[in-house]
Amino acid sequence: MARIDLEDVGHRYAGAGDSWALRPMTMTWKDGGAYALLGPSGCGKTTLLNIISGLITPTRGKVSFDGRDVTALPPEARNIAQVFQFPVVYDTMTVFDNLAFPLRNRGWDKPRLQKRVEEVADILELQADLGRRARALSADQKQKISLGRGLVRPDVAAVLFDEPLTVIDPHLKWLLRRKLKQIHQQLKLSLIYVTHDQTEALTFADQVVVMSQGEIVQIGTPEELFETPAHRFVGHFIGSPGMNFLACEWHAGAATIAGVRVATSSTQTPPAGAALSIGVRPEHLELAPAPGPNTVPARIAAIRDQGIQTMVQLEVGASLAWAKLRNSPGALSSGTAFARLPPARCALYADERRVP
Amino acid sequence: MSAARKRNWLLLAIYLVFTLAPIYWMVHMSLRSNLAITGTFAWLPESLSFANYATIFTDPAWYGGYVNSIIYVVLNTILSVAVALPAAYAFSRYSFLGDKHLFFWLLTNRMTPPAVFLLPFFQLYTAIGLMDTHLAVALAHMVFNVPLAVWILEGFMSAVPREIDETAYIDGYSFPRFFVKLFLPLIKAGIGVTAFFCFMFSWVELLLARTLTSVDAKPIAATMTRTVSAAGMDWGTLAAAGVLTIVPGALVIYFVRHYIAKGFAMGRV
Amino acid sequence: MSSAKPVNQRAWWFVLPVLISVAFSALVPLMTIVNYSVQDILGPDQAVFVGMEWYKEILRDPDLHGALYRQLIFTAAVLAIEIPLGIALALGIPERGWRASLTLVLLAMPLLIPWNVVGTIWQIFARGDIGLLGYVLTQLGVDYNYSQHPTDAWVTVLVMDVWHWTPLVALLSYAALRAIPEPFYQAARIDGASRWAVFRHIELPKMRGVLTIALLLRLMDSFMIYTEPFVLTGGGPGTATTFLSQYLTQKAVGQFDLGPAAAFSLVYFLIILLLCFVLYNFMKDPR
Repeated sequence: MARIDLEDVGHRYAGAGDSWALRPMTMTWKDGGAYALLGPSGCGKTTLLNIISGLITPTRGKVSFDGRDVTALPPEARNIAQVFQFPVVYDTMTVFDNLAFPLRNRGWDKPRLQKRVEEVADILELQADLGRRARALSADQKQKISLGRGLVRPDVAAVLFDEPLTVIDPHLKWLLRRKLKQIHQQLKLSLIYVTHDQTEALTFADQVVVMSQGEIVQIGTPEELFETPAHRFVGHFIGSPGMNFLACEWHAGAATIAGVRVATSSTQTPPAGAALSIGVRPEHLELAPAPGPNTVPARIAAIRDQGIQTMVQLEVGASLAWAKLRNSPGALSSGTAFARLPPARCALYADERRVP
Repeated sequence: MSAARKRNWLLLAIYLVFTLAPIYWMVHMSLRSNLAITGTFAWLPESLSFANYATIFTDPAWYGGYVNSIIYVVLNTILSVAVALPAAYAFSRYSFLGDKHLFFWLLTNRMTPPAVFLLPFFQLYTAIGLMDTHLAVALAHMVFNVPLAVWILEGFMSAVPREIDETAYIDGYSFPRFFVKLFLPLIKAGIGVTAFFCFMFSWVELLLARTLTSVDAKPIAATMTRTVSAAGMDWGTLAAAGVLTIVPGALVIYFVRHYIAKGFAMGRV
Repeated sequence: MSSAKPVNQRAWWFVLPVLISVAFSALVPLMTIVNYSVQDILGPDQAVFVGMEWYKEILRDPDLHGALYRQLIFTAAVLAIEIPLGIALALGIPERGWRASLTLVLLAMPLLIPWNVVGTIWQIFARGDIGLLGYVLTQLGVDYNYSQHPTDAWVTVLVMDVWHWTPLVALLSYAALRAIPEPFYQAARIDGASRWAVFRHIELPKMRGVLTIALLLRLMDSFMIYTEPFVLTGGGPGTATTFLSQYLTQKAVGQFDLGPAAAFSLVYFLIILLLCFVLYNFMKDPR
């Protein structure tokens, strides 16, 4: 377990010219924290992970574990464990031998090794399979073995996951996710989990690091990311569907959509000349029967009945928005309606950023 | 480089010298006259004489033979790989009646010298009117190349986890699209090496190629064996021809080297 | 692979093109040979059925025993040298770059030369008076003459075969090595594995399929070897380098005796088949 510090760490791949795969950033990863690196393909999350693990040496910046500079050290010297997209197991060995392999390479004696392997197999629910050839196991069990080889070292600094559930059967994914959470609570290890799947990230992590185009866009708890995205990208990316952004203008000290004044949770004045929009999640957008405060005229463009919820697409001003309605709103038809934006749930966004 | 890598590279370097020695000698022989070759030893040829090459290039039979060989060899390579790909996939991914037996039995085609097929093929191709065509030789060579291709491709396909196929179907790929866009790139190394070996084995097969052709599609085979005359063995010309036969194959491997070296690229599906 | 492969009889459609283009062609020659092997062909339309007579005669022939014995030793030597050497070479070829390209092209060259030319070149190459190898050896004081000393002939044929065919093993092994995903190497480094452990637990197991092919190919092809040694030594001196296929050719061509030749072809084929079958099962995964 270690605290990981990244100081001004940035990376450019050879042959990629001037573009940063990872823009210079500074961040501390708390000892024992469960972090998720979330973002679309190519956002730099795997680059960041590989810099932490030591598979890549960053073109600039310093990486420290518990204060010790490890920037130039390879993975084996940093004492981290990494689980990859597909299971990496030693096919010809038994499960037991797979888990014992790192310890044998360190010269552990048999009784101590045996005990440790059985401990870890227990945690991962692999005890029954210890004698079987690793090759014969299913993908999710093999990923557990991969993980186990990392856990088996008592002084492992951090466990890094690079989209580990990619090849797992969908119905087994949640089992593994739950197991990972258990392990985190039990062993208090530092875990860093890279994924492009927001469900995985939001259910797994204490802190989610959202990345886009080589940059860290926001770091926060799942709730914070959901409720108060700091960046339009985060609003879009998180939530299903993502946050609505309604184009608005600034008149006389307040935001207006189609002439109607809309109060938001933002207290500051946005910078002049910025493109303004109001962000509100479909879950919070309401349909009102009549005009009122914070209620904007809208036109119903589409209705999708999805059983427990109804998705309604609205034209609000110049923008399209989705409203996710839980209660059956009675007979709805295309036509005009009124959209109510609860002030506490809305925020103003200037260009891409949230106005505090 | 680590010590182990250095050792391996050294072994390789020494071996390359060993590989090049006879080839150097072949080039050496091709630049001398028969008299000189069988007469005296010399580290370097006394004078660089391209007479042997001239013989080859000015004789239309030689030149034509070269081209003919390339045609049927390329044809054979394409056909063999194309036919082997689906079969290898089936063997790799599915279990079906008689699959294990068929897989091994395919290889038995290669367990006899091609000479065994001489007469039957001669009769077959005469009967269907394909004698003396490039297609005939290309088809005939499939007898030993297709099993090889199936075996090599199956080996590489089996190294790709089946989960990738399943993930692709879940993502909505149709089978042809999955096969061409996702699967084939993952077995690039296998395809590269298969293509090269099909090319190579077809290129050096002389007996069937010579028997099934006479004029139109006559390959280098016929001219290669035509070098013994009353004056004795035409060492120089044979050596020159040998040098020239290396060229197409060397080009093939040069072009597929990226496929072979590409390895396993696990795309983000 | 975790679970067993799914059963799917429609997979036969995938195999159909192969069957059409290849499978049938094996049957006709086979039937012809079996047919000839049990007859005594006296003339164009005169044949007498003789049952297993040829088989018995052949299996009693001391020339056959000699050739078979020599062949077995030769093939064993070929496999023992070419397979490990090919793998070792493959481990040394760089993953990418101009060095890799150059090495691949150079290694491929011996494979591309028609086999009779291979024999011809080595004929001169190994001559003490006019060939590079022979000359160097003689200058170094080695009493080397492949046309007169049986051992020298044997070794020369062997070295020629190693020169000719090791690249096949090396190229196959190289492609197999490149097909191993990088994370396996990364994980091994993280686990603190030694270079030998990486070879033994990652590279070798993942090369198994390809090595099986290389083994079987070299087994078959070396067992059927004909052109190269025939051109180099003509089977001599004496019968020192007369291997099985030359024995067969002598019987069939030299003596124009189709019956025994056919019988022997079948026996020849069955020997190779048996050896391959044994080797194949030995190499197969114990799943």
